[in-house]
Amino acid sequence: MIPRKFEYFAPRSIKEATSLLKKFGPDAKILAGGVSLIPVMKLRFGSPAKIIDINRIPGLEYIRASGGRLNIGALTRHAELERSKTVKDRVFLLSETASVIGDPQVRNMGTIGGSLSHSDPSGDWGAAIIALRGELTIQGPRKRRRMKVDDFLVDTFTSALQPDEILTEISVPIPPARSGGAYMKLERNLGDFATAAVAVQLTIDPKGVCTSAGIGLTAVGPKNLRAEKAENVLVGHPLTPKTLEEAAAAAAEDAQPIPDPLRGSAEYKKEMTRVYARRGIERAISRAKGGKK
Amino acid sequence: MAKKKRSSGQKAPPVQGLLPVTMKINGKSHSDMVEPRLLLVHYLREVVGLTGTHVGCETTSCGACTIIYNGKSIKSCTMFAVQADGAELKTIEGLGEEGNLHPIQQAFWDNHGLQCGFCTPGFIMQTYWLLRENPTPTDEEIRQGLGGNLCRCTGYQNIIKSVKAAAKEMKK
Repeated sequence: MIPRKFEYFAPRSIKEATSLLKKFGPDAKILAGGVSLIPVMKLRFGSPAKIIDINRIPGLEYIRASGGRLNIGALTRHAELERSKTVKDRVFLLSETASVIGDPQVRNMGTIGGSLSHSDPSGDWGAAIIALRGELTIQGPRKRRRMKVDDFLVDTFTSALQPDEILTEISVPIPPARSGGAYMKLERNLGDFATAAVAVQLTIDPKGVCTSAGIGLTAVGPKNLRAEKAENVLVGHPLTPKTLEEAAAAAAEDAQPIPDPLRGSAEYKKEMTRVYARRGIERAISRAKGGKK
Repeated sequence: MAKKKRSSGQKAPPVQGLLPVTMKINGKSHSDMVEPRLLLVHYLREVVGLTGTHVGCETTSCGACTIIYNGKSIKSCTMFAVQADGAELKTIEGLGEEGNLHPIQQAFWDNHGLQCGFCTPGFIMQTYWLLRENPTPTDEEIRQGLGGNLCRCTGYQNIIKSVKAAAKEMKK
């Protein structure tokens, strides 16, 4: 399986990369970890004429906690997010999400920024960053802009990136005390894309009332979706079993799956969204009570 | 099928768009001109002549092409050779040799961790990375750690046994 011919560029700075992107327009594609792009090229689903390899640009791989936020360089590998103590301690949801992406070799190469830019509705990061209400920084040849992840993920394999822009940073607020998160993924086998997955991030006050809730969904719509109805069921209410059941049912309503010949019917995916939302909320609550963020 | 290997002393005809790459493979430096679309696994097998790294599914699923790239295990069918310019690689050939097997290779031998052997170089390289990350893995950690490698013969039980035996031996 050999890709079509292409011209290869390895810029040493973001400025150089964006000027190449500006010059070549839609003919160019950015190569980050390559674990999605290279299979696409080998199967000839896509054959970009120019490949801009950003792996030689210094300063795009980092995890930094500052000013109440966790800032992550777009080229940070899934494996780094999986094993980082800072991530585990501050935003456990990211750690758990990273640990179920692809397989170990894929996690050693694949990047969070590449995954989000690819905007695969089966991508795991989108749901987690939605649940955390993350923001993304995008650099163009002249302008830098910042947007909510909800606006960045536009449609299936479509992000808000213009052809001359690069995603450079992912930033999420570090959850306060009494917060908990969980990423629950149903997969046929290790390394498969999700059949359905649910990311949950909650904060509970000392009386047991939910003060904030973020829920993101994977593989049950044209893109990673925010389960807004489910969030609204939780916020402002004590987390009784009845509330949990209602929230899980609302998450299934928020899902917009289409049948997948390999991974199940729309009905099955909706039902699994309900089951995994329920389990995710329960796990997030227990972590919020246990003090783990 | 297999491309003709360039014999030394005979200059390849100039081809447009070739890029120079230099990488250290199993401690030895290699410099070649490659097409950007040449996959790293094909570079290793057909240009360098190291055929121990196998090509299985070619779709990032089976792990037969697993090598160590700058200290991390990767699937060499999912990387272009040009990306590895300046990198340090380790392949199965760099681990041990006949009569002087690496403890992981010996453990697979002793525990029947292979049958046809096609997937074995990938399993061994992934085990090499896994045991450096986690020298004393549990059964579950071994299963997770080798989750990106497929074997169609063994049923995996003996592979897990082999990894445990290797871990024990390497701790000595």
